[in-house]
This record gives sequence, C-alpha cells and structure tokens, in this order.
Amino acid sequence: MTTKKMAIIATKGTLDMAYPPFILASTAAALGYDVQVFFTFYGLQLLRKDLSNVMISPLANPAMPMPIPMPVMVQMLPGMESMATMMMKQKLKKHGVASLTELRDLCLEADVKFIACQMTVDLFEFDKSEFIDNVEYGGAATFMGFAGDTDICLFV
Amino acid sequence: MNFDKEFNARGLSCPLPIVKTKKALVDMTSGQVLKVISTDTGSVKDMAAFADQTGNTLLSTVEENGEFIFYMKKK
Repeated sequence: MTTKKMAIIATKGTLDMAYPPFILASTAAALGYDVQVFFTFYGLQLLRKDLSNVMISPLANPAMPMPIPMPVMVQMLPGMESMATMMMKQKLKKHGVASLTELRDLCLEADVKFIACQMTVDLFEFDKSEFIDNVEYGGAATFMGFAGDTDICLFV
Repeated sequence: MNFDKEFNARGLSCPLPIVKTKKALVDMTSGQVLKVISTDTGSVKDMAAFADQTGNTLLSTVEENGEFIFYMKKK
C-alpha cells in the first residue's frame, strides 16, 4: 500500500484559524499520511517560536459566539482583542483542546514537514531567527512538487 | 478484557485522543492490546475511523458512566 499524502496551505494567523491546519496535519500524520504544510502570508505567524501573540478578534467576526451581544462600536475599543483572546484560550483549555504549541509539536514529532513561503517571508521582512528551526523555505513550485501528488489538498 | 497498556485520554479533546493513541501504540508490539479511556464523545467515531485507516483492530467500544473505553489491538 502506498503512503497517502496530504498538503495544506495555511494562510491565516489568527487563533481560530490556526487550529484547523495543525489539527488536520497532526491527525493525518497519526493515520499514516505523509503531510506537508505550506505557510504563506499571515499563516507565517504560526511558525514563530513564541505563539503567545496569536490572537482572535471579535471585529468583523460576527459568527464568533459572545457571552453577551457586543455591538461593533464596543468591539473596536482598545483591549477587546486581548480580552477575546484570553476568553477563547480559557475556553479551549476548559474543553481539553490542546494549545497551538502542543499541536505544532505533535506535528513535528510525527514528521509533518513545514514549508515557509520565501516570498512572503521577504515581503513582510520576517526574521527567520524568530521561526522554529524545523522549517524549510520555498516557493509555489516547491509546494506543487508535493501537492501535485497528494490525496488531500486543502487551503486554510 | 485483557490489555497490555492503558492510555488515559480523559479530558482531552479532538484530535488529542487519536494522535496520542497513535503515539501510545508506537512502542507496542503486534497483537498487543491498548486500552484507551476517553471522555470525548467525538472519539467514538474517530477511534473506529482510526482503526479502519491504520489497520489496527478496534476490539470493542463500551460506554461506562459517561466515559468511553476502547480496546485497540495493534496491527
């Protein structure tokens, strides 16, 4: 039986959108898939050694369940993003959902390959020393080399 | 049921029960049985899907006092 493959493009760097790529990658790896995740644009934030600044915003996020109705005028006040992030992290913890760092470590442990988009690293002038070590750098063609041969290919 | 190793997944949410079950199986030998205790409702379907896709055998799934107990025989 040939090994199944999955490729994910991770383009978002918010707390809510950081979960799907790491959950799917770690699960696929546990199921025996060969997995690669291509991080581009804001998804690059998920490769930072320190993920504590990954936040969630209630602004422009009307589907986010809130404890009380929250008008947009209130959501834009200073500190609302930090508060929403803190509340979301508490909720995740209470429900036994792994932290992003834990899920990312599980991915690395299971040999999931992380590729950072070189163009967006340069575009945003990211300092590679702020990223974790287990990252390769490449472009769209590098990704296609693997993605073209996958069973599952997702854009998050 | 007899088992060789136990993994306590109580309180863990998706995907941890599956990902860590896989980890628990790594150092076991073929034919050995892993007992997994989970409180995650989603793990009932996921554990069956895991077995189905990895070739390990899910010997049984029981619900006891709101907990799910799985016996997984390693391939």
